[in-house]
Amino acid sequence: MIPLSDYLIVGAILFGLSLAGIIINRKNVIILLMCIELMLLAVNTNFIAFSHYLGDNLGEIFVFFILTVAAAEAAIGLAILMVLYRNRQTINVEDLDSLKG
Amino acid sequence: MHQDSVLHNLSLTMVLAPLLGAIVAGFFGKVIGKTWTHRVTILLLMVSFACAIYIAKLLILDGMPSYNGVIYTWADVGKYQFNVGFLIDRLTAVMGITVTFVSLLVHIYSIGYMAEDDGYQRFFSYISLFTFMMLMLITANNLLQLYFGWEGVGLVSYLLIGFWFHRETANFGSLKAFIANRVGDMGFLLGIAAIMTYFGTIDYSTIFADAGNFTQTTITVLPGVHWNLITVVCLLLFIGAMGKSAQMPLHVWLPESMEGPTPISALIHAATMVTAGVFMVARMSPLFELSQVALTTVLIIGAVGALFTGILGVIQSDIKRVVAYSTLSQLGYMMVGLGASAFSAGIFHLMTHASFKALLFLSAGSVIIGMHHDQDMRNMGNIRKYMPITYVAFLVGALSLSAIPPFAGFYSKDAIIDAVHLSTIPGAHFAYICVVLGAFVTALYSFRAFFMTFHTKERMSEGLRKNLKESPWVVWVPLVILVVPSIILGAMIAGPMLYDPHSILGNSVYTAPQYDVLKIMAGHWHGAWSAVAESIYTPAFWMSIAGVAVAWLSYIVFPRLPNFVTRRFSWVYYILDRKYGFDDFNQIIFARGTVGLGKALFKYADLKLIDDYMVNGSGRGIEWFSRTLRKTQSGYLYDYAFAMILGLLVFLLWLLLG
Repeated sequence: MIPLSDYLIVGAILFGLSLAGIIINRKNVIILLMCIELMLLAVNTNFIAFSHYLGDNLGEIFVFFILTVAAAEAAIGLAILMVLYRNRQTINVEDLDSLKG
Repeated sequence: MHQDSVLHNLSLTMVLAPLLGAIVAGFFGKVIGKTWTHRVTILLLMVSFACAIYIAKLLILDGMPSYNGVIYTWADVGKYQFNVGFLIDRLTAVMGITVTFVSLLVHIYSIGYMAEDDGYQRFFSYISLFTFMMLMLITANNLLQLYFGWEGVGLVSYLLIGFWFHRETANFGSLKAFIANRVGDMGFLLGIAAIMTYFGTIDYSTIFADAGNFTQTTITVLPGVHWNLITVVCLLLFIGAMGKSAQMPLHVWLPESMEGPTPISALIHAATMVTAGVFMVARMSPLFELSQVALTTVLIIGAVGALFTGILGVIQSDIKRVVAYSTLSQLGYMMVGLGASAFSAGIFHLMTHASFKALLFLSAGSVIIGMHHDQDMRNMGNIRKYMPITYVAFLVGALSLSAIPPFAGFYSKDAIIDAVHLSTIPGAHFAYICVVLGAFVTALYSFRAFFMTFHTKERMSEGLRKNLKESPWVVWVPLVILVVPSIILGAMIAGPMLYDPHSILGNSVYTAPQYDVLKIMAGHWHGAWSAVAESIYTPAFWMSIAGVAVAWLSYIVFPRLPNFVTRRFSWVYYILDRKYGFDDFNQIIFARGTVGLGKALFKYADLKLIDDYMVNGSGRGIEWFSRTLRKTQSGYLYDYAFAMILGLLVFLLWLLLG
């Protein structure tokens, strides 16, 4: 029997890695999208773990929803990425600073 | 009731006639022309003068009781009532005659003196207004109306001193008069406020009736300092009198008032304005008699002024300034008389002074007309040959001023000196020395001016000498009229005014029994002529004679003497030439200090604090803040994400720890 804490630790590590990926990554927007996906997976892991631990399948339903949203989000994110590349000929994060004050 | 309505109507006519004259001359002067302007104003002033005489006859000769009535209620505020009202008693009657008489003569004289002036109508309007204000002042039955007249003469004197407003010095003089008077008026206003607070009224009759109840009341002047209420009130009122009556150290404005036309100098110095302070102290005698401190202050300040401002007159070379300084000195004498509780003597001197000082000023003005407005005595000399009437007039004025018996000034000044001699008030000894020495100084400067102007060698230019002649009749007739009271007024009314148990002023002035020096003097009074004979036993008489003699020696017999003395005692001359430094002190401390303070406030408070720090500063602050805040908006996605995480962490910590 794998204890709950192990799941939670894996989830936390995944979340931390993806967070670091978002903040540290200065190159590719695709990696950013991947990190966001990873973050959602970390959350999903937690949901599943708690769902099992508490014997309540409400958490699993949540995971389905999140997966759906993640899929939609990935589709939209990649679409935006395409448009962005078409307009600016780059997907380098460092160059995307048109919000700069 | 009938008697009351007679006095009521008479006094109303007396006061309002000059105002009507001022309005006609001021607003319609250009329409009716020069001739009608002076006709109207002089006629109305004659009406006023006639009323004054009739009032005096009713009150003094017929013994009618004084009239005290409200004409109009101006404001009714809570428990206070502000009225326009008349108190017509013997003091008012005496003052009324003095004011309207001198003013009338000044009006007539101005026809000649101002004939060539562009502001002819304006001038007549002002002097009529001036008379009106002074009459309001003396007829008042409450302090507010007194204050109205008080400020009114202050305002019109400002207008009149600055009459030739295109002259730099005239503007300076008028401003100086106005500002110095403001200082005094501030004290006066505080005095009125104190009376109003404690007595609950500003009507004379109530104040005087209640005054006895407040002798033990003290008020806190500063934390821990308690002074007698009556003393504080009297001192504050006296500060006002110091401003108006040009007592040291607020006397600085009076010599500067010489910048106005000469008739004004006569009006300001003789009958109106400067006598207001003396009148006010006499009017307030029931209060002053309750405070020995206040009486001593009046006495000392008057005595200092009488002697020291007189000395300044000795070195002046401008003929009008000599007379101006003599006014300062004589006002000092009046104050000394009041301080010694000889109120009748003070007012008596005011009356004789009004006639001989007006005479001196108008004679000086006559000389100035002849000299084509050159006032420097060093350019005159031997004018008696050309202007015999003016010569006699000035001589009478100078004799009267120097208190040579039996001229008018002798009786009044001698009474004051005697009163001080007998007075038991602290400071009376000092005051006595001052006024006796002052008698010498007075005679010295009067006859110095007299000899320098009318005797000695002719020093004027050839062109002037050819045209030098006696002034027109409108100028010399007032002189001749003024010569009469300057000679006989003293001998005529000294007895009834001062020593009669039912004296002319009667109960309109109050003297406490323990200070009543005039009563003692009445015992030694054997009529006007024996007073002349007895005068040779008084030091004051010999002082006056010595003054005349010294003037004669220095300017006729040994004309080189004054120069020698000036060189030998150059430091004394320097001090006198700087007028004891009062002007310099005011100029440096107050004038320059105020300008400096203003500049400093402008530079540091206005420009620096408000403009720079507050107005521009708030703009700059916002700019700086947004420039700093802007740096957080890098535009990079990862920075925003980081901020979000950071915020999340903060909330999480808050949730856990809080």
